[in-house]
Amino acid sequence: MKQSYLIVSTNEKLTDNVYKMTLTGDMSGIERPGQFVNILLDGLFLRRPISVCDVEGNTLTIIYKVVGKGTEKLSKMKGGEILDILTGLGNGYFTDLSGDKPLLIGGGVGVPPMYKLCKCLIDEGKTPTVILGFNTSKEIFYENEFKALGVNVLVSTVDGSYGIKGFVTDALREVGEYTYVYTCGPEPMLKAVYNAISTSGQFSFEERMGCGFGACMGCSCKTKYGNKRICKDGPVLVKEEIIW
Amino acid sequence: MVNTSVSLCGVTLKNPVVPASGTFGFGYEFNDIYDINVLGAISIKGTTKEPRFGNPTPRIAECTSGLINSIGLQNPGIDAVIEREIPRLREVYKNPIISNISGFSIDEYVECCEKIDAVDDVDIIEVNISCPNVHNGGMSFGTLPENAEAVTRAVKKVTTKPVFIKLTPNVTDIVSIAKACEQGGADGISLINTSQGLRIDLNKRKPIIANKIGGFSGRAIFPIAMKMVWQVYEAVKLPIMGIGGVASAEDVIEMMMAGATAVQVGAENLVNPYACNDIINDLPRVMEKYKINDLKEIIGEAHK
Ligand SMILES: Cc1cc2nc3c(=O)[nH]c(=O)nc-3n(C[C@H](O)[C@H](O)[C@H](O)COP(=O)(O)OP(=O)(O)OC[C@H]3O[C@@H](n4cnc5c(N)ncnc54)[C@H](O)[C@@H]3O)c2cc1C
Ligand SMILES: Cc1cc2nc3c(=O)[nH]c(=O)nc-3n(C[C@H](O)[C@H](O)[C@H](O)COP(=O)(O)O)c2cc1C
Ligand code: FES
Repeated sequence: MKQSYLIVSTNEKLTDNVYKMTLTGDMSGIERPGQFVNILLDGLFLRRPISVCDVEGNTLTIIYKVVGKGTEKLSKMKGGEILDILTGLGNGYFTDLSGDKPLLIGGGVGVPPMYKLCKCLIDEGKTPTVILGFNTSKEIFYENEFKALGVNVLVSTVDGSYGIKGFVTDALREVGEYTYVYTCGPEPMLKAVYNAISTSGQFSFEERMGCGFGACMGCSCKTKYGNKRICKDGPVLVKEEIIW
Repeated sequence: MVNTSVSLCGVTLKNPVVPASGTFGFGYEFNDIYDINVLGAISIKGTTKEPRFGNPTPRIAECTSGLINSIGLQNPGIDAVIEREIPRLREVYKNPIISNISGFSIDEYVECCEKIDAVDDVDIIEVNISCPNVHNGGMSFGTLPENAEAVTRAVKKVTTKPVFIKLTPNVTDIVSIAKACEQGGADGISLINTSQGLRIDLNKRKPIIANKIGGFSGRAIFPIAMKMVWQVYEAVKLPIMGIGGVASAEDVIEMMMAGATAVQVGAENLVNPYACNDIINDLPRVMEKYKINDLKEIIGEAHK
């Protein structure tokens, strides 16, 4: 973990309520895809946890949905403003177990962490397939960015307005062979993926956090490997340890 | 050079800044963030006889200038704390360790305090009496003077180290509880624990915290803690560890002027992991600004 003052460079709308922000500064705290950062915002007591979508050199990309006071404030920020951010939090995804053909499944604002993960897997010479799940066509973001990485991308929408009609698990039926699964999204989606996949995998969870770095026990969950803190021992859990 | 050292029942702290129980884990993980040997002392996570998972999540709700927590005393149990956690802290940390003990019956307090008293690495025992008493309809030990006195007396019988009793602010008369602890033989008083609070999620139309009601703390409770430190200082002769909403070197000095010998920092560590380090670094500057040469001299000064 590192505390950094990062400078907002861009902050743009991707859909009705989803924004993409890029920030520059010291990124040396970030070690792995699937880690998150914790952002302090003026006038709010607790920091806001947001996943690393991408990190290259001294530039961080995050994608966030406006759901409340903090993300609303974030959406109003302009280039040049400075944010106090703890970077490199959580365990993140481990790529060594992925095999040759990993499958990446992101739902809604669970899509962003899949991006850097996808890049890392490609760098390691692997051939990922990506499933992106949304409610409706208007909510889709980052389909083209994933396609630009040269990977096979399947999009599902619950209302069928774009791509495969249904849930990410409906898209899963159209995927051929895969060796491992990485996923992030709302808990009902994670559970459906857990029940649908034939391989092992890594699942990223959310919990309300006090600190985000392991000090308060605010985010604990029970696993088959003992009690874990989502913020420090997670947010990524392996399939074999998850207790629903 | 200003003098920041203080003494708690013969235990010397090089400065009065102590991370509060439950907001600093067992300490050692913070050593990756800064050198924890700058701290006056550390109050480690509240420990019970048996390991506890604690309450269901969500356990955290944000508030204006504070948060509500409902951790439910998650801890690995007294034996694991003695065998594993305290030695791990000692590997990286040389200053005083305050062991924070909780229980759900007098017997549990006694058993834990007896065990922790035998640990050389522990300097002070802090007994959290905000916990519900399972033998008394779940009413907190800290809400009735006779129960507070009974716990104090019982743990004092089995201990040789200084015992601080940590009080809950959720009472009608904090002074009568503090006096009862003094009567029971306490060596010091820690106050305050969290103040009960509730938040509702407007989308779900339900309390945010799974257990509904939790404990409110953070900057917002500073004046409440100040008032209680003030009152207890006037009523008892024991040293006080002041706790509640402390977030700056100015706050530390203000709380000491109200009567605290040392000051604990809780929720602020969660927002700013460097909080205690920052406060300690800033203390000499603030002391000079207010022409304070020796912190010991300002303890309770506002009462004179
Ligand atoms: C590890 C992790 C990674 C995340 N990554 C992303 C991401 O990449 N993009 C994204 O859009 N969202 C992400 N989230 C969810 C994001 O943290 C919340 O949407 C955000 O905190 C809401 O803040 P707010 O002030 O707008 O909402 P409010 O409802 O006003 O927030 C009130 C409090 O509740 C907390 N809270 C509210 N919703 C959540 C939630 N779903 N999870 C955890 N805490 C919550 C807030 O942090 C704050 O403390 C992530 C959450 C976690 C735990
Ligand atoms: C997340 C959290 C966990 C806590 N756990 C304990 C505990 O185990 N034992 C205890 O005596 N107090 C516990 N407390 C209370 C604090 O030690 C402190 O008394 C209180 O939070 C007021 O200080 P603050 O306003 O600086 O947070 C906890 C507080 C928080 C926020
Ligand atoms: S949020 Fe504090 S331990 Fe996870």
